[in-house]
Amino acid sequence: MSEWLYWQALNRALDAELAADDSVFTLGEDVGLYGGTYRVTEGLLAKYGEWRVRDTPISENSFTGLGVGAAMLGLRPVVEIMTVNFALLAMDAIVNMAAKIPFMSGGQFPMGLTLRMPGGVAKQLGAQHSQRLEAMFMGVPGLRMVVPSTPQDAYWQLRQAIRSDDPVIVLEHELLYFSKGEVDEGASAPPIHQALLRREGRDLTCIAYSRMVQLTLLAAEELAKEGIEMAVIDLRSLSPIDWKTCADSVNSTHRCLIVEEDCQFAGAGAELAATLQEQCFYLLDAPIGRVAGLPIPTPFNGDLEAASIPRVEDIVQAARKQLGQSKGVSR
Amino acid sequence: MDRNHLLAMLRDMLRARAFEEAAAQSYAQGDIAGFLHLYPGEEAVAVGVLHASEPGDYIVSTYREHVHALVRGIPARALMAELFGKKTGVSSGLGGSMHLFDRERRFLGGYAIVGETFPIALGAAYAVAYRRLPEAVICFFGDGAVNQGTFHESLNMAALWKLPIFFVCENNHYQIGTEIHRHSALTDVYKRACAYGIPAEQVDGMDVLAVHGAAQRALDRVRSGDGPQFLELTTYRYRGHSMADPGTYRPAAELKAYEAADPIAAAIHEFSFQYPSGQLPQDCLQRFTEHCCTAGQVDEAAIARLRQEVQAEMDDARQFAKESPAPSLEDAWAALTRNHRLEILMEGVGA
Repeated sequence: MSEWLYWQALNRALDAELAADDSVFTLGEDVGLYGGTYRVTEGLLAKYGEWRVRDTPISENSFTGLGVGAAMLGLRPVVEIMTVNFALLAMDAIVNMAAKIPFMSGGQFPMGLTLRMPGGVAKQLGAQHSQRLEAMFMGVPGLRMVVPSTPQDAYWQLRQAIRSDDPVIVLEHELLYFSKGEVDEGASAPPIHQALLRREGRDLTCIAYSRMVQLTLLAAEELAKEGIEMAVIDLRSLSPIDWKTCADSVNSTHRCLIVEEDCQFAGAGAELAATLQEQCFYLLDAPIGRVAGLPIPTPFNGDLEAASIPRVEDIVQAARKQLGQSKGVSR
Repeated sequence: MDRNHLLAMLRDMLRARAFEEAAAQSYAQGDIAGFLHLYPGEEAVAVGVLHASEPGDYIVSTYREHVHALVRGIPARALMAELFGKKTGVSSGLGGSMHLFDRERRFLGGYAIVGETFPIALGAAYAVAYRRLPEAVICFFGDGAVNQGTFHESLNMAALWKLPIFFVCENNHYQIGTEIHRHSALTDVYKRACAYGIPAEQVDGMDVLAVHGAAQRALDRVRSGDGPQFLELTTYRYRGHSMADPGTYRPAAELKAYEAADPIAAAIHEFSFQYPSGQLPQDCLQRFTEHCCTAGQVDEAAIARLRQEVQAEMDDARQFAKESPAPSLEDAWAALTRNHRLEILMEGVGA
């Protein structure tokens, strides 16, 4: 057990898979000599050579499509798309090719393709570099997507994604790369799409993913001081979703709050709320609540940017509202 | 070229024409639905190129790919059944006319988004080069695809890393309904490859022997590690873009030809559109048949026999397709989850 940064966990996961399997290779903009924009591929070019750690031109659609074609021949490409925003240029390769080929071929071709990309609002990068877009990928049958929130999950889930014969998007978060956490390389990993109960709680269940898990855990601390015990579920995966873990908790707390950084309208939270009310309706004591980003392009101004996505205080307030109180509680 | 090879090519050209005409009939009878893009007129391209390929090569094709698949060796039955959407189809009835896949024969699919064949071929060639194998990847595309970004992105990467790709442009002079001089600033497509330092040639795509010779030379270079090669084949499709396309944008003589009992023969005699060479393109099939007769390789009787055999093969394929069962929804789910194998996605949920 040792303490790693999130990017280091990804780096070591990639290193471990490159070492374990000759069919694994990675490619993307600046992944080689430069070592990756967020250092995830640091040191790998020197170790594995240019055929396995390939710097590409700025041609997202074609180098992602290259990954698709190589996966059809049995390789395990790990395509790094520098940010989720640039994945929009590769949507044809992701949606029309990777997600469709295994199915359209009647199951003949594997698609051991991993697509790594960071998303999320970082620090004043402007509207074009601050998107999340996970709901867009969730709407595509044939794609799977994981959203690790800790270095340990980043390590496990990247390794599992690379070993999968399905196309898997590993959606990282720009503000998580330098977050620290314990990583046990030897521990056996939970299944790749398993949600995890990060904190127990009897009063309500809060479901979050990626960076919002950290904020939700902080909010739970605050609420605990008031005597509110909020359970926190880290989804870890947005496609598929581990409904059982979510529903079991909601059925025991009878209240559910969903936190997402992406915009609320037609977002991941909408799908969660719709399905969980179908599954838990008769055991719910209150309508399912949502805390989400505002439906505007991310403003550049720092204060406005911060106000456009959920803050710890927003989650605390929403949790109180779930329990029918606007302020502290005494139970 | 020896007589057996000539006859094999002639046979494949006849099969190609017969398959597509059989498909058109099945479409007219309502047995095939959806889009159906037919190949008549362009047979010399597929036959010339694929007869120069090896079984170890990979093929990537477009939505007008029935003939590429047929000449590659996929049985007419499996192809026709796929067009009918049947379980016995080469893609289990889940792909359709535009998405024929055959892993065993290294047929990497038909793609229905224009310009997708470039990155797929790029990836396949990367995998071949990665494993240092002497195989080639043959990438088919039309003149309309060269204005997509993927064309330029992929040619650049193919040349940069000297990947074993043979780019084959089937220039039939129309992107759906827009003629090439209205969609491209440069109508000699092969000249675009020069921008990436890829050796390129323009060859008469109505002359199967010329196509075969050029393809052989290009593939030899690809296999000997010279990097990507590019061949533009000028050709013409006698039918509309798809069966849904009346082709009203084309010269009246062509339309008249469609109405004739034998569209091919009529087309040969009545074409009046401006073919780039300034001359009417002779039907590649008729041209090659005449060549074989003149060279004394076959006689009229042998060709008649060949036509009969080929027609019987396609009649059988239609019958087979018609009688085949449809895939079930279970089959569809199985195709979607086949890659999970033993992978456990989450507790309590099957792999």
